[in-house]
Amino acid sequence: MNVLFYIAGAVAVFCTIMVITNFNAVHALLYLIVSLLSVALIFFLLGAPFAAALEIIVYAGAIMVLFVFVVMMLNPESQAIRSRKQLLHPWTWFGPAVPAAILLGELIYVLTAGSSTFPVNAGVGPHALSRTLFGPYVLGVELASILLMAGLVGAYHLARPEAPRAPEGDDR
Amino acid sequence: MITVPTSHALFLAGVLFLLGLMGVIVRRNIIFILLGLEIMLNASGLAFIAAGFHWGRPDGQIMFLFILAMAAAEVSVGLALVLQLYHRIHTLDADQADKMRG
Repeated sequence: MNVLFYIAGAVAVFCTIMVITNFNAVHALLYLIVSLLSVALIFFLLGAPFAAALEIIVYAGAIMVLFVFVVMMLNPESQAIRSRKQLLHPWTWFGPAVPAAILLGELIYVLTAGSSTFPVNAGVGPHALSRTLFGPYVLGVELASILLMAGLVGAYHLARPEAPRAPEGDDR
Repeated sequence: MITVPTSHALFLAGVLFLLGLMGVIVRRNIIFILLGLEIMLNASGLAFIAAGFHWGRPDGQIMFLFILAMAAAEVSVGLALVLQLYHRIHTLDADQADKMRG
Protein backbone atom coordinates (compact mmCIF):
# COMPACT_ATOMS: atom_id res chain seq x y z
CA MET A 1 0.00 0.00 0.00
CA ASN A 2 2.91 2.33 0.65
CA VAL A 3 3.70 2.57 -3.03
CA LEU A 4 0.42 4.47 -3.55
CA PHE A 5 1.71 7.17 -1.20
CA TYR A 6 5.01 7.53 -3.06
CA ILE A 7 3.37 7.61 -6.49
CA ALA A 8 0.91 10.28 -5.35
CA GLY A 9 3.75 12.25 -3.77
CA ALA A 10 5.78 12.10 -7.00
CA VAL A 11 2.74 13.30 -8.98
CA ALA A 12 2.23 16.17 -6.49
CA VAL A 13 5.86 17.29 -6.72
CA PHE A 14 5.94 17.02 -10.53
CA CYS A 15 2.74 19.01 -10.95
CA THR A 16 3.89 21.67 -8.47
CA ILE A 17 7.14 22.08 -10.40
CA MET A 18 5.10 22.48 -13.58
CA VAL A 19 2.97 25.14 -11.82
CA ILE A 20 5.87 27.36 -10.86
CA THR A 21 7.67 26.99 -14.21
CA ASN A 22 4.64 27.53 -16.45
CA PHE A 23 4.09 30.81 -18.27
CA ASN A 24 0.43 30.30 -19.10
CA ALA A 25 -1.76 30.98 -16.06
CA VAL A 26 -4.57 28.63 -17.11
CA HIS A 27 -2.16 25.73 -17.71
CA ALA A 28 -0.56 26.39 -14.32
CA LEU A 29 -4.01 26.27 -12.72
CA LEU A 30 -4.74 22.91 -14.38
CA TYR A 31 -1.47 21.51 -13.05
CA LEU A 32 -2.21 22.89 -9.60
CA ILE A 33 -5.62 21.18 -9.58
CA VAL A 34 -3.95 17.84 -10.37
CA SER A 35 -1.41 18.51 -7.61
CA LEU A 36 -4.21 19.23 -5.12
CA LEU A 37 -6.03 16.03 -6.14
CA SER A 38 -2.90 13.98 -5.47
CA VAL A 39 -2.46 15.68 -2.08
CA ALA A 40 -6.10 14.78 -1.35
CA LEU A 41 -5.26 11.14 -2.13
CA ILE A 42 -2.33 11.37 0.29
CA PHE A 43 -4.71 12.72 2.95
CA PHE A 44 -6.98 9.73 2.38
CA LEU A 45 -4.05 7.33 2.68
CA LEU A 46 -2.94 9.07 5.90
CA GLY A 47 -6.28 8.26 7.51
CA ALA A 48 -7.98 11.63 7.03
CA PRO A 49 -10.90 10.97 4.62
CA PHE A 50 -12.87 14.05 5.67
CA ALA A 51 -9.89 16.34 5.09
CA ALA A 52 -9.40 14.69 1.69
CA ALA A 53 -13.00 15.46 0.71
CA LEU A 54 -12.65 19.06 1.90
CA GLU A 55 -9.37 19.42 -0.01
CA ILE A 56 -11.15 18.51 -3.24
CA ILE A 57 -14.32 20.53 -2.55
CA VAL A 58 -12.78 23.71 -1.16
CA TYR A 59 -9.25 23.84 -2.62
CA ALA A 60 -9.56 22.18 -6.02
CA GLY A 61 -13.17 23.33 -6.37
CA ALA A 62 -13.88 26.73 -4.88
CA ILE A 63 -10.47 28.40 -4.60
CA MET A 64 -9.27 27.29 -8.05
CA VAL A 65 -12.56 28.48 -9.59
CA LEU A 66 -11.88 31.90 -8.04
CA PHE A 67 -8.44 31.91 -9.67
CA VAL A 68 -9.90 30.88 -13.04
CA PHE A 69 -12.49 33.68 -12.77
CA VAL A 70 -9.83 36.31 -12.14
CA VAL A 71 -7.53 35.00 -14.89
CA MET A 72 -10.43 35.05 -17.37
CA MET A 73 -11.43 38.57 -16.28
CA LEU A 74 -7.91 39.93 -16.67
CA ASN A 75 -7.01 38.19 -19.95
CA PRO A 76 -7.11 40.43 -22.99
CA GLU A 77 -9.53 39.11 -25.61
CA SER A 78 -6.86 38.15 -28.16
CA GLN A 79 -4.92 36.13 -25.63
CA ALA A 80 -8.12 34.40 -24.52
CA ILE A 81 -8.89 33.33 -28.07
CA ARG A 82 -5.31 32.15 -28.57
CA SER A 83 -5.38 30.06 -25.41
CA ARG A 84 -8.72 28.61 -26.48
CA LYS A 85 -7.14 27.55 -29.78
CA GLN A 86 -4.15 26.15 -27.87
CA LEU A 87 -6.48 24.03 -25.78
CA LEU A 88 -7.39 22.01 -28.87
CA HIS A 89 -3.75 21.17 -29.49
CA PRO A 90 -2.95 17.67 -28.15
CA TRP A 91 0.27 18.58 -26.35
CA THR A 92 -1.49 21.19 -24.25
CA TRP A 93 -3.68 18.75 -22.40
CA PHE A 94 -1.22 15.85 -22.57
CA GLY A 95 0.88 17.18 -19.67
CA PRO A 96 -1.84 17.36 -16.98
CA ALA A 97 -3.71 14.35 -18.42
CA VAL A 98 -0.94 11.82 -17.68
CA PRO A 99 -0.66 12.63 -13.92
CA ALA A 100 -4.46 12.72 -13.72
CA ALA A 101 -4.60 9.27 -15.37
CA ILE A 102 -2.08 7.96 -12.82
CA LEU A 103 -4.29 9.30 -10.02
CA LEU A 104 -7.33 7.70 -11.65
CA GLY A 105 -5.51 4.37 -11.72
CA GLU A 106 -4.71 4.67 -8.01
CA LEU A 107 -8.35 5.59 -7.29
CA ILE A 108 -9.64 2.55 -9.18
CA TYR A 109 -7.15 0.37 -7.31
CA VAL A 110 -8.29 1.75 -3.92
CA LEU A 111 -11.95 1.23 -4.85
CA THR A 112 -11.45 -2.34 -6.07
CA ALA A 113 -9.05 -3.41 -3.31
CA GLY A 114 -11.99 -3.82 -0.96
CA SER A 115 -12.51 -2.95 2.68
CA SER A 116 -9.97 -5.47 3.93
CA THR A 117 -7.06 -3.48 2.51
CA PHE A 118 -8.54 -0.03 3.18
CA PRO A 119 -10.90 -0.29 6.16
CA VAL A 120 -13.63 2.32 6.15
CA ASN A 121 -13.20 3.28 9.79
CA ALA A 122 -9.40 3.52 9.63
CA GLY A 123 -7.84 6.73 10.86
CA VAL A 124 -9.94 9.58 12.21
CA GLY A 125 -13.37 9.79 10.64
CA PRO A 126 -15.81 12.72 10.46
CA HIS A 127 -17.53 11.67 13.70
CA ALA A 128 -14.48 11.92 15.96
CA LEU A 129 -13.38 15.01 14.07
CA SER A 130 -16.62 16.91 14.62
CA ARG A 131 -16.81 15.79 18.27
CA THR A 132 -13.45 17.46 18.81
CA LEU A 133 -14.10 20.41 16.53
CA PHE A 134 -17.27 21.46 18.32
CA GLY A 135 -15.93 20.45 21.73
CA PRO A 136 -12.61 21.97 22.77
CA TYR A 137 -12.11 23.87 19.51
CA VAL A 138 -15.50 25.65 19.31
CA LEU A 139 -13.86 29.03 19.94
CA GLY A 140 -11.66 28.44 16.89
CA VAL A 141 -14.76 27.74 14.80
CA GLU A 142 -16.26 31.06 15.86
CA LEU A 143 -13.01 32.88 15.09
CA ALA A 144 -12.84 31.20 11.66
CA SER A 145 -16.39 32.34 10.91
CA ILE A 146 -15.49 35.92 11.88
CA LEU A 147 -12.40 35.69 9.65
CA LEU A 148 -14.50 34.48 6.70
CA MET A 149 -16.98 37.31 7.29
CA ALA A 150 -14.13 39.84 7.33
CA GLY A 151 -12.76 38.29 4.11
CA LEU A 152 -16.19 38.58 2.47
CA VAL A 153 -16.63 42.24 3.43
CA GLY A 154 -13.05 43.09 2.52
CA ALA A 155 -13.23 41.41 -0.89
CA TYR A 156 -16.52 43.17 -1.64
CA HIS A 157 -15.10 46.55 -0.66
CA LEU A 158 -11.80 46.10 -2.52
CA ALA A 159 -13.25 44.77 -5.77
CA ARG A 160 -15.75 47.60 -6.18
CA PRO A 161 -15.01 49.88 -9.13
CA GLU A 162 -13.22 52.95 -7.91
CA ALA A 163 -15.51 55.78 -6.87
CA PRO A 164 -14.84 59.19 -8.41
CA ARG A 165 -12.15 60.92 -6.38
CA ALA A 166 -13.45 63.59 -4.00
CA PRO A 167 -12.49 67.13 -5.09
CA GLU A 168 -10.68 67.95 -1.85
CA GLY A 169 -8.39 65.03 -2.66
CA ASP A 170 -8.56 63.11 0.60
CA ASP A 171 -6.33 60.07 0.16
CA ARG A 172 -8.22 57.03 1.33
CA MET B 1 -3.55 0.11 6.51
CA ILE B 2 -0.72 2.24 5.25
CA THR B 3 2.58 2.11 7.12
CA VAL B 4 4.50 5.02 5.63
CA PRO B 5 6.89 6.59 8.15
CA THR B 6 5.71 10.02 9.27
CA SER B 7 9.07 11.51 8.33
CA HIS B 8 8.42 10.74 4.66
CA ALA B 9 5.10 12.59 4.72
CA LEU B 10 6.77 15.51 6.48
CA PHE B 11 9.56 15.45 3.89
CA LEU B 12 6.98 15.63 1.10
CA ALA B 13 5.33 18.56 2.88
CA GLY B 14 8.70 20.29 3.12
CA VAL B 15 9.43 19.77 -0.58
CA LEU B 16 6.03 21.17 -1.56
CA PHE B 17 6.50 24.12 0.78
CA LEU B 18 9.92 24.92 -0.70
CA LEU B 19 8.50 24.69 -4.24
CA GLY B 20 5.78 27.16 -3.29
CA LEU B 21 8.37 29.46 -1.70
CA MET B 22 10.46 29.29 -4.90
CA GLY B 23 7.36 30.23 -6.87
CA VAL B 24 6.74 33.25 -4.63
CA ILE B 25 10.36 34.43 -4.87
CA VAL B 26 11.11 33.72 -8.54
CA ARG B 27 7.89 34.63 -10.33
CA ARG B 28 6.92 38.27 -10.82
CA ASN B 29 3.40 37.67 -12.11
CA ILE B 30 1.15 38.45 -9.16
CA ILE B 31 -1.26 35.59 -9.97
CA PHE B 32 1.65 33.14 -9.73
CA ILE B 33 2.76 34.68 -6.43
CA LEU B 34 -0.74 33.97 -5.06
CA LEU B 35 -0.56 30.41 -6.45
CA GLY B 36 2.77 29.93 -4.63
CA LEU B 37 1.12 31.10 -1.42
CA GLU B 38 -1.64 28.54 -1.93
CA ILE B 39 0.94 25.78 -2.46
CA MET B 40 2.71 26.78 0.76
CA LEU B 41 -0.55 26.81 2.78
CA ASN B 42 -1.48 23.42 1.35
CA ALA B 43 1.94 21.98 2.24
CA SER B 44 1.60 23.18 5.83
CA GLY B 45 -1.83 21.53 5.95
CA LEU B 46 -0.20 18.30 4.74
CA ALA B 47 2.32 18.57 7.59
CA PHE B 48 -0.55 18.91 10.10
CA ILE B 49 -2.36 15.89 8.61
CA ALA B 50 0.86 13.86 8.81
CA ALA B 51 1.26 14.81 12.47
CA GLY B 52 -2.36 13.83 13.18
CA PHE B 53 -1.70 10.51 11.41
CA HIS B 54 1.36 9.95 13.57
CA TRP B 55 -0.49 10.44 16.87
CA GLY B 56 -3.85 9.07 15.72
CA ARG B 57 -5.62 12.21 16.96
CA PRO B 58 -8.17 14.46 15.20
CA ASP B 59 -6.32 17.68 16.12
CA GLY B 60 -4.21 17.65 12.96
CA GLN B 61 -7.30 17.57 10.76
CA ILE B 62 -8.84 20.40 12.80
CA MET B 63 -5.80 22.59 12.20
CA PHE B 64 -6.14 21.71 8.50
CA LEU B 65 -9.76 22.93 8.59
CA PHE B 66 -8.61 26.24 10.09
CA ILE B 67 -5.90 26.56 7.43
CA LEU B 68 -8.58 25.91 4.80
CA ALA B 69 -10.80 28.70 6.14
CA MET B 70 -7.81 31.05 6.35
CA ALA B 71 -6.75 30.21 2.77
CA ALA B 72 -10.27 30.90 1.49
CA ALA B 73 -10.39 34.31 3.19
CA GLU B 74 -6.84 35.11 2.06
CA VAL B 75 -7.43 34.22 -1.58
CA SER B 76 -10.67 36.21 -1.82
CA VAL B 77 -9.06 39.37 -0.45
CA GLY B 78 -5.88 38.76 -2.45
CA LEU B 79 -7.70 38.32 -5.75
CA ALA B 80 -9.77 41.46 -5.05
CA LEU B 81 -6.47 43.31 -4.53
CA VAL B 82 -5.18 41.86 -7.83
CA LEU B 83 -8.26 43.18 -9.66
CA GLN B 84 -7.83 46.61 -8.07
CA LEU B 85 -4.10 46.67 -8.93
CA TYR B 86 -4.80 45.67 -12.54
CA HIS B 87 -7.31 48.50 -12.89
CA ARG B 88 -4.74 50.99 -11.61
CA ILE B 89 -1.48 49.99 -13.34
CA HIS B 90 -2.87 47.79 -16.19
CA THR B 91 -0.36 45.01 -15.70
CA LEU B 92 0.07 41.95 -13.50
CA ASP B 93 3.81 42.50 -13.02
CA ALA B 94 4.47 42.97 -9.31
CA ASP B 95 7.62 45.01 -10.05
CA GLN B 96 5.54 47.71 -11.73
CA ALA B 97 3.74 48.47 -8.47
CA ASP B 98 6.72 50.37 -7.09
CA LYS B 99 5.20 53.71 -6.16
CA MET B 100 6.42 53.34 -2.59
CA ARG B 101 10.01 52.66 -3.83
CA GLY B 102 10.15 49.51 -1.75
